[in-house]
Amino acid sequence: MTAQAQRRTPAPPPGTYLGMPKFQKNAKEQLANEQLRKNLRHATGTIRAKRAARVDEVPEWEELRLAGEAIKNRTLRHLDTYLVQLEDSLQKAGAKVHWARDAAEANRIVVGLVQAKGVDEVVKVKSMATQEIELNEALEEAGIAAWETDLAELIVQLGHDRPSHILVPAIHRNRSEVREIFLREMKQYGTPAPEDITDDPAELAGAARRHLREKFLRAKVAISGANFAIAETGTLVVVESEGNGRMCLTLPDTLISVVGIEKVLPTFADLEVFMRLLPRSSTGERMNPYTSMWTGVTPGDGPQDVHVVLVDNGRTNALADPQGRPALRCIRCSACLNICPVYERVGGHAYGSVYPGPIGAVLNPQLRGIGHEIDQSLPYASSLCGACFEVCPVRIPIPDILVHLRKEVADHKRGKPKLEPTAMAAAGWVLADHKHFELAERVAGLAARALPNTTFLGPLPWPASAWTRARDLPMPPPESFRKWWRTNRGEEQQ
Amino acid sequence: MTIHAKGITVALFATCINDVMFPGTPKAVVQVLERLGCRVEFPLDQTCCGQMFTNTGYFDAAVPNVRNYVKAFTGYDYVVGPSGSCVGAVRHQHPMLAEHARDAGLGRAVDEVVARTYDLSEFLVDVLGVTDVGAYFPHRVTYHPTCHSVRVAKVGDRPYRLLQAVKGIDLVDLPAADQCCGFGGTFSVKNPDVSVAMASDKARHVMETGAEYLVTGDNACLMNIGGILHRENSGVKTIHLAEILAHTEGGDR
Repeated sequence: MTAQAQRRTPAPPPGTYLGMPKFQKNAKEQLANEQLRKNLRHATGTIRAKRAARVDEVPEWEELRLAGEAIKNRTLRHLDTYLVQLEDSLQKAGAKVHWARDAAEANRIVVGLVQAKGVDEVVKVKSMATQEIELNEALEEAGIAAWETDLAELIVQLGHDRPSHILVPAIHRNRSEVREIFLREMKQYGTPAPEDITDDPAELAGAARRHLREKFLRAKVAISGANFAIAETGTLVVVESEGNGRMCLTLPDTLISVVGIEKVLPTFADLEVFMRLLPRSSTGERMNPYTSMWTGVTPGDGPQDVHVVLVDNGRTNALADPQGRPALRCIRCSACLNICPVYERVGGHAYGSVYPGPIGAVLNPQLRGIGHEIDQSLPYASSLCGACFEVCPVRIPIPDILVHLRKEVADHKRGKPKLEPTAMAAAGWVLADHKHFELAERVAGLAARALPNTTFLGPLPWPASAWTRARDLPMPPPESFRKWWRTNRGEEQQ
Repeated sequence: MTIHAKGITVALFATCINDVMFPGTPKAVVQVLERLGCRVEFPLDQTCCGQMFTNTGYFDAAVPNVRNYVKAFTGYDYVVGPSGSCVGAVRHQHPMLAEHARDAGLGRAVDEVVARTYDLSEFLVDVLGVTDVGAYFPHRVTYHPTCHSVRVAKVGDRPYRLLQAVKGIDLVDLPAADQCCGFGGTFSVKNPDVSVAMASDKARHVMETGAEYLVTGDNACLMNIGGILHRENSGVKTIHLAEILAHTEGGDR
């Protein structure tokens, strides 16, 4: 029997995120996919407009953003205190608390808890933290099937695929692709899709509901993340749209929640600000359909064995860096993805992480370090247009953090024989002093005089080809402004 | 037209790209400011705001540019540049670079000069208090609000108001105007494929307007969009805001 045949759940695509080539190369591949670009343009455009309309309804939106920023800043400044308080509150409420330094430790804890229950399957609420630590594959290796129950996560899982968006992970799929995936895969893992199913969204959702229902009713263990964890009360909060989360959080006897340590909020009152910021920023709704809150164990009601795994996995590295720290304010709304002109054109798979888009470009190099090609390239995956900061509900200065991380990457590459540091050093010399600059101007002027009838340059060889493959380049005119000024105005100034 | 600004001396921050590639723009700034009664000086010590280095991660290479900027422009009440991006970089990045250099004296000098640095549109509207600068430009024009002018320098709708006051102009709205053109400095060569995809969409929107001219307050963005417009023989010309404002009835365009 082959390893393939022993799998309990659909296999994800081969390869690892960290093994992916640099962003530029991935982006080029994705750009060639016309269907993907069309799907993304439509989807991001729609959600962008919805968000803008819902945000416009709130006259105190900027005050809410400032409040969100301030609460998160205070929490991060005193994170140690709030985490210990959270642990204490959770334990008093009957929950068991586990601490995990990294992905491997978190996975080991969760696998151990599931094995102790003697079950071989779990149902899952959509959770970025468990995606980040690649929990599903760790469970699979232990012979445990993890079933995603969020509709889009189900599409990704059944499609042997990876998510390409934080909120709508199957944004790269259209409905006829979803129909094919359901028809082909559902029957291999449970209740099949009807043979005559069409690509009507209601029919597709109906098939998913029937497929998931038997898993919800059978499962003894559920795994979730949390949008927020309240230190004061020990309450965990999950914000969702489909009700699948509510099923997972209430039906099984055991509930294991994997929570990044930056998800803590000091008090229950702080939640008010985020419950107003998050739905409008993410789905463009005034309020999301399902908000579940639970505080440890309620005897005779819901899960009776409640575990919380608090995960670091690189977060304290970001916390230690004052310039990078604001990225930990992120509440995973994905407004920055939807507004980003780069994300809109290349989609999420080019970013080599479960966190794509602008927030991924600042989060991944901080959580994973800059040892891999993909993480070195991510800070440059932006034109620094600044649209992400404008929509961020907790005012993360993403462009500033990108620039800060570019410095880290440039420092890391220093001394290695590469074109860029050399070119930057040469340009640095030219621009450091006006006399050097004037010399370079004369060279540019000479070039212009050598080609007297040329106003634009067409395709040129590398490295200029990066510009001129699709864009013409204007020729510098023979006379610079400085020269004109010296000739015509220089004397009056002296 | 009345003289608005008799006796005000302005230091022109031409910016390096305008100096070498687009000298017509700083010349136009001189023309507009002098027409409004300002005295214009061009401090020859100036080179570049250093943004290319900063945004590529080479902070050490950018610091001499900060020192240069301070040296060139300290002592002037008004420093005016025709670029939201370069003015934005001076405002937003020079204090950070002075801190990077661990030079408190430089930091104080930067704060002084940054507070007196204006994008052309800000200087005209806020300091001189004019929107009608006496310009005449009888053409169909569409305006792209460049990202750094709006989101870093925060010039708001000042360029648009200046354009609206131009006599004879036919100003048409640009679809998806708030989306980046894909220039992004070294982004345009480090991620050329994404950059071109963005620039092509921008150029397509420009062509849809039927405008004769695309105007912005930043020549770098114009060079990017214009590179596509020229390659595709679109017939749409690019022009800097200052050059429209410089043009008067009976002028040479």
